[in-house]
This record gives sequence, C-alpha cells and structure tokens, in this order.
Amino acid sequence: MTTETLIWLIPLPPLLAFFLILLFTRRNNALSHTVGVAAAAISWLLGMLVFIAALGVDHFGEHVFASAINWLPLADGFLSIGVMIDPLSAIVLFFVNWTVLMIFIYSIGYHNFGQPVGDHDHPGLPPHGAKDAKHPGHTVPSIEPMYARFFAFIALFAFGMYTLVVSDNLLTLFVGWEIMGLCSYLLIGFWYAKPSARDAAMKAFMTTRIGDVFMLLGIVALYAATGTLNFRDILYNAEVLDMLAHSPSFIGGLSLAGLISILLFIGTVGKSAQWPLHVWLPDAMEGPTPVSAMIHAATMVSAGIYMVLRMFPLISAGWHHGELTTAMTIMAFIGAFTALFAATIAVAQRDIKRVLAYSTISQLGYMIAALGIGAYVAAAFHLVTHAFFKALLFLGSGSVIHGVEHGVLHTGDHKVDPQDMFNMGGLKDKMPITFWTFLIGGLALSGFPLLTSGFWSKDEILADAFAHGHFAVFVVLALAALLTAFYTMRQITLTFLGKPRTKEAEHASENVPSMTVPLVVLSVFAVAAGWVGIPEHFPLIGGLLPNWFHHFLGGALLEHPSAVDFNWIPLIVSLVVALGGLGLGYLVYRNAGQTDPLRKALGPVYTLLENKYYFDELYQRIFVKPAQAFSENFSYRFLDGVVIDGLLHRAARGAMGLGLIFRNKFEGPVIDYAADLLARITQAAGRLLRIIQTGQVQQYLLWVALVVFGGFFYYLLNILQ
Amino acid sequence: MPLSWYLYLAAGLFALGLFGAVARKNAVAILMSVELMLNAVNINIVAFWRYLAPAEIGGQIFAIMVFAVAAAEVAVGLALFISIYNSRKTIAADEINLMKW
Repeated sequence: MTTETLIWLIPLPPLLAFFLILLFTRRNNALSHTVGVAAAAISWLLGMLVFIAALGVDHFGEHVFASAINWLPLADGFLSIGVMIDPLSAIVLFFVNWTVLMIFIYSIGYHNFGQPVGDHDHPGLPPHGAKDAKHPGHTVPSIEPMYARFFAFIALFAFGMYTLVVSDNLLTLFVGWEIMGLCSYLLIGFWYAKPSARDAAMKAFMTTRIGDVFMLLGIVALYAATGTLNFRDILYNAEVLDMLAHSPSFIGGLSLAGLISILLFIGTVGKSAQWPLHVWLPDAMEGPTPVSAMIHAATMVSAGIYMVLRMFPLISAGWHHGELTTAMTIMAFIGAFTALFAATIAVAQRDIKRVLAYSTISQLGYMIAALGIGAYVAAAFHLVTHAFFKALLFLGSGSVIHGVEHGVLHTGDHKVDPQDMFNMGGLKDKMPITFWTFLIGGLALSGFPLLTSGFWSKDEILADAFAHGHFAVFVVLALAALLTAFYTMRQITLTFLGKPRTKEAEHASENVPSMTVPLVVLSVFAVAAGWVGIPEHFPLIGGLLPNWFHHFLGGALLEHPSAVDFNWIPLIVSLVVALGGLGLGYLVYRNAGQTDPLRKALGPVYTLLENKYYFDELYQRIFVKPAQAFSENFSYRFLDGVVIDGLLHRAARGAMGLGLIFRNKFEGPVIDYAADLLARITQAAGRLLRIIQTGQVQQYLLWVALVVFGGFFYYLLNILQ
Repeated sequence: MPLSWYLYLAAGLFALGLFGAVARKNAVAILMSVELMLNAVNINIVAFWRYLAPAEIGGQIFAIMVFAVAAAEVAVGLALFISIYNSRKTIAADEINLMKW
C-alpha cells in the first residue's frame, strides 16, 4: 500500500467506530470501548507509519505526500479534495496520534469501567457512586451511565481532527473544524442534565461559531481571489502570494492577503479561545476530563493554531523582516495580550481544571504571539510540546479529581468539591504516579530549565522575540511566563504537597492502570519532545543533538527560516522567570490553609482576577442582554407580533371579506337562485301535471283518444289545404 | 259492394267501442267495449286483405292473432276484476283509482 493510501485511511477508523458504537454496540460497554480504542490504535498505527515514511524523505518540504480526487463538480471543472502530509502536518499528526490514543485509553478508567451500576445514577449526570456488595456501608465509584455514548462522540471528535490534519485544502479543513465544533458541543454538554454543562456547551458552540463565520468569509474570499483552496497551490506558489499581497481589498486599506488572513485568524481566535473570544474555554471544563484534555491538547484548540501555522505563508505575505504585516501585528498583539491576561486569571482560580484552562489560553496566546512576530518554527514547536504536557496535566488533574472523589465517596460528604484545590493537599503519597507525572507536566508548563520540553519551546519564542527586536512582546511574554511558573507551582503545592486539608483528601487513592499508564507515556513526551529542538548555538549542550525540529519543519515554508543567533539575555530572563515563578509559588503556598494567601496581599485585585475581570458579566450585559431585549422587543413583539402577524391577520381578514362577498353576492343570488329556480319550475310542472293523473283508466283513454283524434284532424286539415 | 262500406261499419263499431270504454262504469262492460274495438279492427284487416291482397294470407293471420290476444286479454282482465272485487267489493271503474299519485 502506498503512503498516500495510508493517509487517506487515517481518519476513517474513528468515524467507523462512531457509527459502529452508536448503531450496534451501544448496549455493550466493553465492546464499545474496545471498538473506540481499537479505532484510535489503528489511526495511531497508520499515522506512525506515515510519520516514519516522512522522516525517510530528503527535503520533505518539497516532496510531500499528496493525493487528490475530484469531488464537487463546478461550472468549470471540479472542487478537488485530497490529503497531504508535509512537515507541519506530519508533526501535528504525530502528537495528535499519541495524545488521542492516550486519552481514549484513559477514558476507560476515568468512566469507571468495571465498577457496578450506580444506585441512583441518571443518564446525563455524572455517576454518584454505588453501594459496595462486598463491604456493606462502603460506597464505590459507579460506571458512567452513558459510557458507550462517550466513546462514540470522542471517536467522532478524533475523526474531525484527523480530517483537518490530513486535508490538503481549506474546505475539508473547515469540515473537520466544524465536526470538532459539533463534538465539543456534544461533549462539553455530555452531562446534559446539569444546567451548567448545558449552558457551557451552548456557550462554546455559539462563541466558536462567531469565529467560524468570519473564517468562512475568509475561505470564500480566498477562493474568489485565487480560484482554489488547495494549500500547495496557494501557499507554495510565490506568484499567487505576491498577487494576493499586492491587490487591494477595498476594506480598511488592507491587501487581499491581509484581509483574508485577518478573517481566517478570527476563526482561530474563536477556536483557540484567544481574547476576546476566550470565554468558552474555561466553561468547557464542565465536560468529563478526557474531553477537556481532548479539547485543550489533542484537537480543538490545536486546530486553531494549526490553521494559522498552515496559512502562515499567506499571513506573512509581503512581510519584510523588521516590518510586520497588518495581520501579523494583530496576531502579535492579541497573542501577547491573551498570554498575560489569561495567566493573571489563572493565578486566582480555585478549581484545578480551571487553572489549567486559563493556562491553555495563555499558552495559546504564546503561540499566536510567536506567529505574529514571525517565529514560525518556535510556534509550531510550542504547539507540539504544549499538546503533550497539557494533555498530561489535564489527565493528571482528572486523576486527582477521581482520587479525591474516592475520598468523597468514602466520607459521604458531598458538599466537598473534589475539584477545589483548597480541599486537597498531601496527595503526593496517596497518588504517587499521578504526582510524579503531574509534576513533570507542571515543570514542562513552567519551562523548568534544560530538562523539560516546555523550556525549549518557550525559550525559543522568547529568543526570537528578543532577536527580532519585538521588545514589547518579549516583556509581556516573559511576564506571562513568570505567572505561568507561579500558578503552576501554586497548583502543585496546593494539590500534592503539605498536609491534607480535608478528610476527603486524606482518603484519596491512586487510580487504575488504564488511567495511570497514559500519564506515564505522556510524561515521557512532556520531557523528551523538547530535545528534538535544542538550538544549535546553545551553550554546552547545543549541537549535541542536531536541531532536528527546526530543520524538518523549516522545509514546510518556501523560504527556509533562519535560526536566531544565541543571546544570553533571553536565556537568563527565561531562567529567572521559570525558576523565580516556581520558587515564589512554593514559598507562598507551602503552608496555605483553606484560604488563598494572595487574597490578603492583593486585595480587590484578587477579587477582580477571581472573577476573570468580569468578562462573562460584561458580555452578558453588552451582548446577551441586548440580544435578548432585541429579540424580545423587536423580533418578537414588533416584527413577529406587529408586522408579520399584522400582515397575516390583515390578509386573513381580506380573504374572509372576499369570501363573504362571493357568498352574499354571487353564490346566493346566482348559483343558489338558479338551482332553486330549476327545482321550482320542476315542482310547478309536476303540480300542473298531476291534475291529469286521476288514476282512472277511462280518463286516460279519453285523453289518448282526444290526442289521436286531434292528430288525425290536424293531418286531415293539412291534406285538405 | 265497395270496400268503403266495410270501413264505415268498422269505424262505427270502433266509435261505439270507444264510447263504451270511456263512458261505462262497470269494468266488465269496459272490457266488452274493448272487445268491440278489437272486432272493428278485425273487420278492417279482413276487408283490406280480401280487397287489396287476396293472394296473401297475412290478413287472416293478423285476424287470428287479434282473436288470440283478445282471448288472453279477457282471461287476464276477468281475473284482475275478480281480484279487485275481492279486495274492494266493487268493480266500478271510477272507484278503482289505485294508480293515482
């Protein structure tokens, strides 16, 4: 089988699994997860084969794997769809494969497979636990009521991402993009009986939809301008890019390339939860934790970054070093702002998953900012490393929550929130595997020097910003990195170190292997994924390993990007912020009780951060409420009530009047009268004729005789004349 | 003797029969008047045959047919009268108005 065929096949197993589970194996939990995990494993295997094949190709950027077929017939020719694996998609495919497979396996344990059915569990609500048959009085976790459904949805989710990664054109990319939008809606609202989950699902769907509309406009504009959506035809074609960069778009003085880039970028703002469309991502924590990991690492938000990475040649069309394009300036601003903005919010969150959610927004801001200043390779590098350690952190936090839920079931005190970090503490000894893997993920996120992957990718972004003179971006990102290290250490300290703050935390226990093994696998990547991209000029260890990542991914661009020269300043800054943040976090939180020490120190600022700068309330006031008022007053009362109903009622009244006219002036006088007249004439004739019907045969005979004689005399008269 | 004399006789007889049939009350008398009209017709038939086409026997055959029909008619008619008399105790024609609407 050729590599191209393999690429075509990669997205199919999860799609097949989706249908198989929903249609056939739904009632059998074991079979359902077997189908789901097997599909993920097959895709993983295919993806790995393709990845290895890609490694074996020299100058892979010029000799990509691609294959296309005609799909939709158009007026002149066809809209073709196809698959393409180039250096960028090969790398994305690699991390998507691994994280998706791990998340699938993890989900088995997370949803309590093998546990009894809950005593009063409802579909649409998280399992509440069941009485243990062996130990009366004990409560054990119960299996998720909609276990099979979860695997079906998550498989469709994976299908969307694979479709997006392997597609060679913007249209199928958008199809995968939208499938993921649907799946995020379905899975964030997986526990649909919880009003908060329902709201979060709708919020995610609506918010990302805003971005999608603009993105679709961008796609249409691109097609209108170039007549194709194929990546290679547009992005690897200097002439087309040049044409786009130099044609005016008549909007805001932008070039066509600039306008399209900005439209596409708004899609990413929605999908990757950048400010100002970031509000859905923290609420997405309402879904089961594997879903959070899926959204935050493997699929959805990565898709947004992947798309701008993919479109980078277009975004940077007309870019001269030292002078950014409009789209890039916007991206640099939004990205850097988001990175710092979300990091500050993360500092004041109590929910273990919410901290990670804001952390994701912040890290995505890093990538966007990196792309904005033209650090293409660094952004992609951070995307890969972030996917691994963020998947690890999410699954780790799910494991922690699961462990604390054990404690909650043990004590039976359901008022204790198993997601609140201030209810935890001292989990290090209870859940050693979770602790060590979470620590690795956390250190990678903080950019712990040299060892972890996060250090190398973050450092590269900072170095790039510094080397190209984007000092504002550099300072903002460095500050964000400091906060990142701080809140990560806060999280680790509150959760795992010190003494348990509640009885529930005391009774937490380590989880089953199907949950811990993915953690271990991902932690290996969280460390080692960084080693493929060590800059060549790095002191001491630079050059020990070739900077494979830069070399490999650079081939995805027309013009191979040059690596930045080494400079001590960004390195020192990077070291200081990472270690400083970690140290500070430990110092502040090592003896924390159930209130946050920062609350006193920061005062009202803490309240502001805790409430996420009141963005939800702000949006509620400036978008949701006016929209509701508008629909209530204008759409419903005026447009529907007055205009449409008015028109309809008037039309009805008119029709009724016309009917009355017809009835009174036409049907009655004309039709009825004619019919009645006929009847009356017939009746009168009958009345007249009945006189001769005496019933006496002799009279009849007389009549006949008279008629015959009459006829006879008439005949005679005629003859005589 | 010219044909017309037979025809006058037949016309006279027919008129007599017709008058009887219309004017008499007794149903049996009406029946007899009808017989009279049939006989007037028979005279016509036989006279026309004898004077106009004596070679054929059509006239005689017609006359015999009329006899047969008259006989059958009398039989049926008398049976009807008996039946009517049984139910209504009269055979006066102006009282038998069952066929009135």
